[in-house]
Amino acid sequence: MENILQVKNLSKKFGGLIALNNVSFEVKKQEILGIIGPNGAGKSTLFKCITSIYKPSSGKVYFEGKDITYLPTYKKVKLGMAITHQIVKPLKELSVLENVMVGACYGKANLSLKEAKEKALEILDFLGLYDKKDLEAGKLNVPQKKRLEMARALAGKPDLIFLDEVLAGLNPAEVSKMLEVILKIREKGITILMIEHLMHAIMKISDRIIVLDHGQKIAEGTPKEIAKNEKVIEAYLGDPKFALKLVKH
Amino acid sequence: MKKGLFSLLISTFIILYFLFLPIVKSSPILREASFTTLMYIGLAISLNILMGFTGYVSFGHVVFFGIGGYTTFTLLYYYNFPLILALLIAGILSALIAGLLGFVVLNLRGAYFAIATIGINEAVKALVNNLDFLGGAEGLFFNMKIYKAYGGPQNALWLSFYLIGLVTLIALIVSYFIKHSKFGLGLFSIREDEDAASTLGVNTKLFKTLTFMLSAFFPAIIGGIFFFKNGSIDPQSAFSLTKSVEMIFMVMLGGLGTILGPVLGAVTYDKIKEALLVSETFKNLHLTISGIILLLIVLFVPEGIVGFLRKKIKPLKNILD
Repeated sequence: MENILQVKNLSKKFGGLIALNNVSFEVKKQEILGIIGPNGAGKSTLFKCITSIYKPSSGKVYFEGKDITYLPTYKKVKLGMAITHQIVKPLKELSVLENVMVGACYGKANLSLKEAKEKALEILDFLGLYDKKDLEAGKLNVPQKKRLEMARALAGKPDLIFLDEVLAGLNPAEVSKMLEVILKIREKGITILMIEHLMHAIMKISDRIIVLDHGQKIAEGTPKEIAKNEKVIEAYLGDPKFALKLVKH
Repeated sequence: MKKGLFSLLISTFIILYFLFLPIVKSSPILREASFTTLMYIGLAISLNILMGFTGYVSFGHVVFFGIGGYTTFTLLYYYNFPLILALLIAGILSALIAGLLGFVVLNLRGAYFAIATIGINEAVKALVNNLDFLGGAEGLFFNMKIYKAYGGPQNALWLSFYLIGLVTLIALIVSYFIKHSKFGLGLFSIREDEDAASTLGVNTKLFKTLTFMLSAFFPAIIGGIFFFKNGSIDPQSAFSLTKSVEMIFMVMLGGLGTILGPVLGAVTYDKIKEALLVSETFKNLHLTISGIILLLIVLFVPEGIVGFLRKKIKPLKNILD
């Protein structure tokens, strides 16, 4: 299958700290690619470098074959990327509907105000926020704010969506609801890149998984391969042989 | 009724009231009072386009009033330009200057932006103070002959009055259409969270700069009309920081980011100032009292008159804007 996104040797340094070290990978059209790794592994930094929220120190990013490494964020959004934030960023004093309309107006869809309203209502219905449409976005609770992040991102009719821990802080029922939503988004033909800490969820839903540790890609493969990978176990739990020894004694 | 239309109608009505009252009564005294009110309304509306819609507080916005004043005055004084043309040039020049400045200072956020705008105003004031061409610290004075082209001083005063009413009305309508446009939605997203706005695809830098330019356009024309009517101009009155603070006060008092707010705020402020200035005890204290009121507003009713009414009176919630 064709690649939608290609990341080549991407690095990011903050002063002396190497947050991302020569990370390369590809994302195929319409797949769900999970990104996992311990805290501070550079997952969010990776997203931010791809979407120009941070300027990468070196490396290249290709979107549908074109080099887009240094395009500003808003242009990448117009090309078909959509971004959600790990720490939700609702436009607090605007209504939920207006929040989603911003996405529809200025995303790839580039709709007029009137079209954006229709689109936004459709998306809010899809994500179960329809009855909250006139509420100020700041007054939503956390799960609702997470869905609002997704609604805004989807309203722009993106080809590729970045989900940064959209499951964090949700209860099990909400998690399974959100997973359904994510699968439905994929059915619409949208490629999904997601960072997640919730192992069972991401193992279940991803086609492939990339593991980051200390800014480096240490493994890549199907969820089954990843679960058995020694390097991954080591990154999460420490040396597996040493761990085994401790258990035996 | 389309959202906000009600507020546009009330605002239009208020402006027309101040415009027609002196005309109907053909009273020069009323005209002078109304001129000030209309000028304040126009300035408040202009600042609100920037401050209310994008959240960028310009503390030195009077600089555009001054630039417009000086441009108009110079064009008339040295080159005998027709007034309307001079005013348009003043507006456009001021917007262009704002565009250049905005490109730089709009990278700053919050208090840093506010401080930078004060700096700009003071720098321009110091520059004008030292330009002999512009009359230096003493400023320039019209020869009464200039008013001949406009049917003598009396008619020129009436002409200035009509013009200020017209410009204020146009500023109101422009601000209404911006607020209810796709562009306006982008601006409000910047106000709420600039980083989120850019990740939603808004070209924040371009939007901010365009808005800064627009909010500099009307004050320049208003400044031009004011100093044409005044017959003299000097740096102290053209670039007075007090006027900047007054503008912010009016917008905050009425309701930041609303259509009706700056109009109500300007009228209320003007009435407060009038009452204080004629009072024996308070005439030298009107700025102090305004300052105290501003403090109280920020502390207790940050949403201003319009926001307060919207919160307290349910039926108004959806129509007042």
